[in-house]
Amino acid sequence: MNKAAMSGNLLDIEDLRVTFPTRTGRIEAVRGVSFALGRERLGIVGESGSGKSQTGRAIMGLTPPQAEVLAKTLAFDGLDLLALPPRERRALRGKRIAMILQDPKYSLDPVMTIGRQIIETLRTHERVTKAEARERALDMLAAVQIRDPKRVFDLHPHEVSGGMGQRAMIAMMLIAGPELMIADEPTSALDVTVQLDVLAILDRLVAERGMGLIFISHDLRLVSSFCDRVVVMYAGKVVEQLKASELSRAEHPYTRGLLDCMPKIGADRHPLPVLQRQAEWAQ
Amino acid sequence: MRQLPLPLAGRGQGWGYFHSRVGAMTHALAVTDLEVVFDRFRALKGVSIAVQPGESFGLVGESGSGKSTLLRAVAGLAPVTAGTIALDGKQLGRRRDKAFYRQVQMVFQDPYGSLHPRQTVDRLLQEPLAIHGIGDGEQRIRRALDEVGLGSGFRFRYSHQLSGGQRQRVAIARALILEPSILLLDEPTSALDASVQAEVLNLLEQVRRARGLTFLMVSHDLAVVTHMCGRLAVMQNGEVVETLAAPDLAAHRVENDYTRRLLKASEGFARAG
Ligand SMILES: Nc1ncnc2c1ncn2[C@@H]1O[C@H](COP(=O)(O)OP(=O)(O)OP(=O)(O)O)[C@@H](O)[C@H]1O
Ligand SMILES: Nc1ncnc2c1ncn2[C@@H]1O[C@H](COP(=O)(O)OP(=O)(O)OP(=O)(O)O)[C@@H](O)[C@H]1O
Ligand SMILES: [Mg+2]
Ligand SMILES: [Mg+2]
Repeated sequence: MNKAAMSGNLLDIEDLRVTFPTRTGRIEAVRGVSFALGRERLGIVGESGSGKSQTGRAIMGLTPPQAEVLAKTLAFDGLDLLALPPRERRALRGKRIAMILQDPKYSLDPVMTIGRQIIETLRTHERVTKAEARERALDMLAAVQIRDPKRVFDLHPHEVSGGMGQRAMIAMMLIAGPELMIADEPTSALDVTVQLDVLAILDRLVAERGMGLIFISHDLRLVSSFCDRVVVMYAGKVVEQLKASELSRAEHPYTRGLLDCMPKIGADRHPLPVLQRQAEWAQ
Repeated sequence: MRQLPLPLAGRGQGWGYFHSRVGAMTHALAVTDLEVVFDRFRALKGVSIAVQPGESFGLVGESGSGKSTLLRAVAGLAPVTAGTIALDGKQLGRRRDKAFYRQVQMVFQDPYGSLHPRQTVDRLLQEPLAIHGIGDGEQRIRRALDEVGLGSGFRFRYSHQLSGGQRQRVAIARALILEPSILLLDEPTSALDASVQAEVLNLLEQVRRARGLTFLMVSHDLAVVTHMCGRLAVMQNGEVVETLAAPDLAAHRVENDYTRRLLKASEGFARAG
């Protein structure tokens, strides 16, 4: 029996590496990331370009084809993802592992209505009648607080607002009931009240259905109030892992710097403090 | 004592004329009773805002309430059915000419959609310069990339090879490269991590001060809006429900229920039970 199956974790990652060959040299987007995930909410924070999305995509099997993915362990529910035949990997995707991509509009099909896209996702994973699929898609849109689900159902992606596109994407990913959800900046385009509604949905799925959630976000205040644990990434590596409730007591100067540079309501700090990046953080 | 910012109007013109002249002249951007309709859906239902020259004005509110539509209408990209938009007191017609885009630039909400993925950063920055026939491109491009904190190593990357935050910085560099006087910023930092957000916000403040820019800025982050803006409008369902000064928002001196709910939600996630 392999190590991952024995651990009982939903996800085990050891020494994950993602490298892009380019004309000007190799870009190491992810450089030896390790963490494990149970049926919990794990936050990944870190600066732009630190490899958060590429980590999520590697788990999901959505790394661009030209890139190289290596890992000592990359296991979902005891399955060695890198050894899995492509067909089986595809079958996992959307059904057991889902990812809310950071770029909703880019990921939605521009020529298909929102409603049809949600229905098609549902019907590739479950046998349901057309009428039932429509019903469930509308329910899902209502669940993510879309004001007028019937109108939005028939709109194309360019006809919805940023936050509506993001919620359509969330609805599409939730409808198959995945066991592992990777949510890449899922609420960055939402107003704060809708943001909390969407988080409450994700929260219920973790609490009631035992879903595992990887929550990629740059909003540290949100991560510290929503997640159980936090992984902090810098330049393709994990520099710190800690309990979300203890984020304010983080030790790594990068994490501390991140916390300090957020504007706060009522604070008058002009200019905002910025990070003084140190070369040794990337080592 | 109240001071009138403008010389007195000519003789024989009544107070009404004077007053409207002052109103029109002082505003870098004035939107009045604006209606935007898509098919039969009213996305904006009589929206009015007025932004002083050099002011930074914020828009917050519900997702889908029409914030992007308002910016797009100013940029001439939304189907306006009624109401007016005036720049420096001059009412805009239906079409926007080249001169308009040298004066007003927009940074779009969606850093993916707004940059062509198969173009290099260099091409993306060259394009507006070429359209407007501007000569000192080389220097402007280097300065713009430098200003947004992207080293020259990024200059020949394709935009699909960039992370979300890197793309947004390219989008800001592209808006700044024409040296406009009004920037329409649609969630300019929502795709950015906290450290880059701080850098971009500082950058935006610094260029605003240095170049006397006027901002109309959408953000769902009340901390960002109160940090960046002097005044703001709160939108819900196609309407402005409250216009207030940022310090009043920060001090919870608000009138509208929805504004109050936004403030409450800004405190973070609270697990029920
Ligand atoms: N197709 C690609 N080709 C080359 N480099 C790439 C490609 N996609 C991503 N990268 C690089 O990989 C690194 C990690 O990117 P990633 O998208 O994971 O960052 P991120 O942490 O999600 O950042 P953000 O917060 O801005 O979304 C970045 O430096 C990026 O430029
Ligand atoms: N091209 C279009 N066709 C039809 N409806 C549209 C179109 N563009 C926008 N709308 C509608 O107008 C409304 C306002 O959209 P807008 O993008 O202005 O919202 P927003 O306030 O920017 O929201 P968000 O915070 O989510 O970005 C939405 O209900 C949207 O569906
Ligand atoms: Mg990312
Ligand atoms: Mg918008």
